[in-house]
Amino acid sequence: MSFINYSSREINCKLVYYGPGLCGKTTNLQYIYDKTRPEAKGKMISLATETERTLFFDFLPLSLGEIRGFKTRFHLYTVPGQVFYDASRKLILKGVDGVCFVADSQAERMEANIESLDNLRLNLQEQGYELDKIPYVIQYNKRDLPSAVSVKELSEVCNPTGVPEFEGIAVTGVGVFDTLKALAKQVLAELRKGTS
Amino acid sequence: MLNPQLVMYEEELRQIQAIADKLQQDSRSKTILLVDKNGQLVASAGNHRDLDTTSLSSLVAGNVAATGGIAKLLQEDEFAALFHEGKGISIHISLVGRRIILVVLFDKNTTQGLVRLRVRKACIDLTRIFDELAAKAAMPQENNPFDEITDEDIDNLFND
Ligand SMILES: Nc1nc2c(ncn2[C@@H]2O[C@H](COP(=O)(O)OP(=O)(O)O)[C@@H](O)[C@H]2O)c(=O)[nH]1
Ligand SMILES: [Mg+2]
Repeated sequence: MSFINYSSREINCKLVYYGPGLCGKTTNLQYIYDKTRPEAKGKMISLATETERTLFFDFLPLSLGEIRGFKTRFHLYTVPGQVFYDASRKLILKGVDGVCFVADSQAERMEANIESLDNLRLNLQEQGYELDKIPYVIQYNKRDLPSAVSVKELSEVCNPTGVPEFEGIAVTGVGVFDTLKALAKQVLAELRKGTS
Repeated sequence: MLNPQLVMYEEELRQIQAIADKLQQDSRSKTILLVDKNGQLVASAGNHRDLDTTSLSSLVAGNVAATGGIAKLLQEDEFAALFHEGKGISIHISLVGRRIILVVLFDKNTTQGLVRLRVRKACIDLTRIFDELAAKAAMPQENNPFDEITDEDIDNLFND
């Protein structure tokens, strides 16, 4: 849920990158961090294991500029992907304003994508959210890999409701900002109807 | 929407700031932060120029969320307070109502006992104000500035 500060004229929103382990969530944030002007970003925090697997979350605060005299601030989070970190994922979803599901395009990760999507839906429900009713985009990442499944097939499996979807190669940045922008737009559009 | 938005207005922020300033002085602590449970900084008092308050807020919220999760597993109601003791700086974390986290950073200038005592008092006043804010936020806004947002406004944000 966004935080609107009429006193400092700021809007704060929380975006969560969700998806199976190793699909490229942290890499998305890392790329955004690397390509953002210093004055528009805060420190990127990664609570990771010694082998750089996300343990609790990654966090990246971004300022996108002003809209109607309000500064827009987005707090980007990733969740740990491995199945056994479910308790942590639930915590990170609390108060979420928008979700980006990062799917791993590799054929051998299809099962993991489906499992993670089911898990997302379920965990949102537990918080009283409906995936189909909140700002939501999908990124098909790792398009560069030889075993990548066609987008058509991924879309049929992962995107039955036809939300905005993007092809990504997060390591080189392909699709990373398009995905972020699409999600941020939905979240801001939600503010318009949200308070009515 | 299920979860009411957190909103902050000039008048309430002024009251909150006054309480935070007073708490900082009375407890002889270094810094006070008020953070919402999603990790967004709401107000601060005392010395925080050298602090990365954005990162701190997110990590404190993560800490509280994790501790809350532990409490749930132990079938304990939420832990009322957390305390981390460092060599130089210690940190006292407590909940104001169900939405807001009150963080006190302090050093050898004061004691945990004094901090706890002053926090308890401030907490009562803060709870009242945040309850009022929640009630205000739940009421339909007459002139919501965001009703006016156009697709063009949103697009313009990304044109750089
Ligand atoms: N080939 C390829 N590798 C990627 C891509 N995105 C991420 N990776 C790699 O996949 C691994 C896991 O990425 P990470 O971001 O840590 O995954 P997370 O578990 O979702 O946070 C890392 O070695 C990344 O370099 C991509 O688009 N293509
Ligand atoms: Mg990760």
